[in-house]
Amino acid sequence: MPKLDIESIRKDFPILSRDVRGKSLVYLDNAATTQKPLAVIEALQTYYSRFNANIHRGIHTLAEEATEAYEAVRAQVARFIDAPSERTIVFTRNATESINLFAWAWGRSRLRPGDEIVLTEMEHHSNLVPWQLLARSTGAVLRFIPVTDEGRIELAAVDAVLSSRTKLVAITLMSNVFGTVTSAKEIIERAHRQGAVVLLDGAQAVPHMPVSVKELGCDALAFSAHKMFGPTGVGVLYARADLLEAMDPFLGGGEMILDVQLTSATWNEVPWKFEAGTPNIGGVVAFGAALAYLEKLGMSAILAAEQELTAYALKRFAELEGVTLYGPRDMSNRGAVIAFNVDGLHPHDLGTFLDAEGVAIRAGHHCAKPLMRKLGVPATARASFAVYNTRAEVDRLIEAIIGTQAFFKRQPERIA
Amino acid sequence: MIDQLGDLYRDVILEHFQRPVRKGQLADASIKVTGANPLCGDELTYHLAVQGGRIERIRFSGTGCAISQAAASMLADQLEGKTLAEAAKLIAALKAIMQSEKPADEVDLGDLEALEGVRKFPVRVKCAALSWNVIEQGMAQAGK
Repeated sequence: MPKLDIESIRKDFPILSRDVRGKSLVYLDNAATTQKPLAVIEALQTYYSRFNANIHRGIHTLAEEATEAYEAVRAQVARFIDAPSERTIVFTRNATESINLFAWAWGRSRLRPGDEIVLTEMEHHSNLVPWQLLARSTGAVLRFIPVTDEGRIELAAVDAVLSSRTKLVAITLMSNVFGTVTSAKEIIERAHRQGAVVLLDGAQAVPHMPVSVKELGCDALAFSAHKMFGPTGVGVLYARADLLEAMDPFLGGGEMILDVQLTSATWNEVPWKFEAGTPNIGGVVAFGAALAYLEKLGMSAILAAEQELTAYALKRFAELEGVTLYGPRDMSNRGAVIAFNVDGLHPHDLGTFLDAEGVAIRAGHHCAKPLMRKLGVPATARASFAVYNTRAEVDRLIEAIIGTQAFFKRQPERIA
Repeated sequence: MIDQLGDLYRDVILEHFQRPVRKGQLADASIKVTGANPLCGDELTYHLAVQGGRIERIRFSGTGCAISQAAASMLADQLEGKTLAEAAKLIAALKAIMQSEKPADEVDLGDLEALEGVRKFPVRVKCAALSWNVIEQGMAQAGK
């Protein structure tokens, strides 16, 4: 596997050359959203300059070209995650909508009081709240696989929670706080033995490593385009074709119907049954450019580069005093996310200081409030990398942390 | 870095963050009120002992960033001994200052003056504002 030329990759992302507060930007908030390569920005522009039309209707040339471009990306997504057919790919607004779609359309008519939905303690709110809503409306019960202090899942803990009452397991493939990659394959096998259906939240994993739904054996997978160099407003739900066939629609409207009477309607085939209304056509087309960009670099090469950088960052973090890390220190089954706190300093204060140095990180609860409570902190700082980040940028982060510590250690002059 | 941020994190603010005044609880509080900024997790609880329309004693507790905790300390310090009407005027003045407006009434801000620098950092205004929002909520409850 050839090593990636990171400096040349950086040139593909126009925003990386901008300044923030007089310093060159160091963008380390990639778990929130990644920046966009020129190819994606141009694809949006080309779509609106050349092909814009509504899809799946109208017989004019533009409508035909737009439809073709949109559907081609569906096939591209299927290939990207090694799905058996493009019919298993539903376009949504984001991973959150994908999970809500599945929770509602699969779960509402299937779950009975006492059925169990199994999650982990480290789910993003988007893979927690939809299941709370579903549990509330069906009488199903939520159960949680505990995670270790480093964000690992022990399979014994999985076995302790799964039972014949488990109807659905929804877990993250990679934690947005700890960066840990879960043993999804083993968990899926165990869940399937209990007859449960498994949805994976792939929002953090799919952008950063090779993911094959065939190899994982998951029944559904949700992820967002904007975390993988694509535009905002596009998400993907992969689900087994037979599940999609049997599921109720999610939203009603145009596009998702076969025939409509005044008081009833029949549904379009999958996946269009789940795509009511005009979708984000331009966004989906530009997402295709993002996927092509990722494929050109190669997901294995991206993973290798990000792992190397994360290992370097962990080494630099280990040199710091007065800093607490929350994820694993070792690199096994770990992605490019580092959550940390500086002693005596709220992450928002740290975030403001780093921003003044041009360094963008996330500070807050990372949409994982139950996990923050478990860790006993109101919030953490989080640095998350993409393939375009460099060791020099990690150094800028570390130096900015040291500078902030120095500022807060100084004794303010007593006034009055 | 320090040049740019000295205006936000003035010495008075650091002083109140590191050594807050009027921190604690009141067993005889007539108003107990808690508020939070849900997006960042800052939390504040104020205990006020109000007698005859005057804040005789005030204590606060909470967790959060330096700006939110320093503002809570400075506001508590400034409010103790004030009437509720004076407190309302002080809060109105602070709100005006955050929007770069001139306060309607001339009020003595004391250490709170140091918060003027916050308005240059719009994302941090809500950190400072938590303190007076919680107090306002408490006064509204008391008025009912």
